[in-house]
Amino acid sequence: MGDASVGRCVALRASGLAIGHEKKAVVEGLNFELDAGATLALVGGNGSGKTTLLRTVAGLLPPLSGTVTVLGMPPAAATKRLAWLGQFQTTNPLLPLRARDVVRMAFFPDRGLWGRLKPADEGVVDDALEYFGAAAFAKKPISELSGGQRQRVYLAYVLARRADLVLMDEPLSNLDVGGMDLYAKALGRLQKEGTTVVVATHNLEDAAACEKALVLGPEGWRFGPGSEVLHELPHHH
Amino acid sequence: MELVQPFLDNGFMRNALGSGILAAWACAVVGTYMVLRGLSFIGDALSHGVLPGVAGALLLGLPGIAGASVGSIVMIGGISMIQRRTRLSGDTAIGLLFVGMLALGVVLVSRSSSFSGDLIKILFGEILAANPGDLVLQAGALTVTGFLAWLLRRPFLLLCFSPEHAQVSGYSPRLLHIVMLSMIAATVIVSFQTVGTMLVFGLLVAPAATAALFARRMGAIMAVAGLVGSVAVFVGLNLSYQFNLAAGASITVTAVALFFLSLPVKAWIDARHRRG
Repeated sequence: MGDASVGRCVALRASGLAIGHEKKAVVEGLNFELDAGATLALVGGNGSGKTTLLRTVAGLLPPLSGTVTVLGMPPAAATKRLAWLGQFQTTNPLLPLRARDVVRMAFFPDRGLWGRLKPADEGVVDDALEYFGAAAFAKKPISELSGGQRQRVYLAYVLARRADLVLMDEPLSNLDVGGMDLYAKALGRLQKEGTTVVVATHNLEDAAACEKALVLGPEGWRFGPGSEVLHELPHHH
Repeated sequence: MELVQPFLDNGFMRNALGSGILAAWACAVVGTYMVLRGLSFIGDALSHGVLPGVAGALLLGLPGIAGASVGSIVMIGGISMIQRRTRLSGDTAIGLLFVGMLALGVVLVSRSSSFSGDLIKILFGEILAANPGDLVLQAGALTVTGFLAWLLRRPFLLLCFSPEHAQVSGYSPRLLHIVMLSMIAATVIVSFQTVGTMLVFGLLVAPAATAALFARRMGAIMAVAGLVGSVAVFVGLNLSYQFNLAAGASITVTAVALFFLSLPVKAWIDARHRRG
């Protein structure tokens, strides 16, 4: 759609950004800009800083130095407009939550402490569960679901958030082939809707589905169109 | 009718029942979060960590409740300080403060002339000596914690689910955690004088653990825990009256026994569920 006419809008900007834990930098001197509506794949081996970068963008970790701007704001101010899917979700077997309750949490930031979820919100929740083939186990306790079923529920949560920026860490984990197809379809839908997506992934096929890629490695980082940067990666399975 | 007769005949038994049931419901609310978030150890530490505060207040001639408040603030502050400054895990920090505060409490109490009497009073309470003033205080604290639990039900649910999700939903997990600990501390502080620190801890953990086995919603867990706790108070006081047993300990034993009795019931329900 009319990208040039509305002017370029930056969803994510890092300048001189150093990220890490407890003053120990994992990646330093990061500079990149991601346009609104673009998709970015974070690629790199274990410990290369993919999760650390995602957590910094989500406002879960403060930058060590430099700045990161999310939707034109500091990360902590942008939380209402982003969706977060972490790598390790709760497995607390006692938690009294059904799958549908998890997806309903997508509306907590918008509805505040006591605002009731509107009928339309409940509809969005049902549609998202349906989209990921999770309607059948929507009323089951989350702790009784398999890892793959649970991942579908979390992806439904992301979809139901209707965020401007989606951050996902290894979204394909535990998914079966059917689940992976649904994920690819959802990514296409988010792209079409103009949502900015950042996804950390080990799956090169998944990475290639994104327009941009940020490769993190021991020799430094490289940012650019996926077709260029992913090409230079050493081949791994 | 024989079971209600002790309460009809004796004013002190009615006060004990009222105090115990108020403690049971306050403990049900905060105990549910404690059990769901795996904070039992910190609850234990809080309920025993107030000891030096109470003992210090006793020596200075101040009200025990003031000392208990100071004790729990030192406890919560100390635990979060250790966790922030070191890489030690939460339970190590809690253990350090727990044992240190308990020992300090005993050291302080040993200065008192009625050493063992005071210690036993703090640990096991004097539920049979509860007076209407205690009940009013307990009812007030129950109202406040109940209101906070209702007001913060969404952020607390997010916190139980994952602190990360609470944060990306715009809430501060650290602040929520401190509010939750303060609610536990408030419950301990207003309850321990009548029911004792041990019974407070028993009522915090056992009914909520029993309820978490059966109920499927947060509010339902709290309600079932409140009922289980109230039954434990009623049965425990009766046992104590009929057989001349220590009242607080009888209630605690009943609460824990109800948990173990519920395990075969849970297994039976699960088996029926599987057979469809």
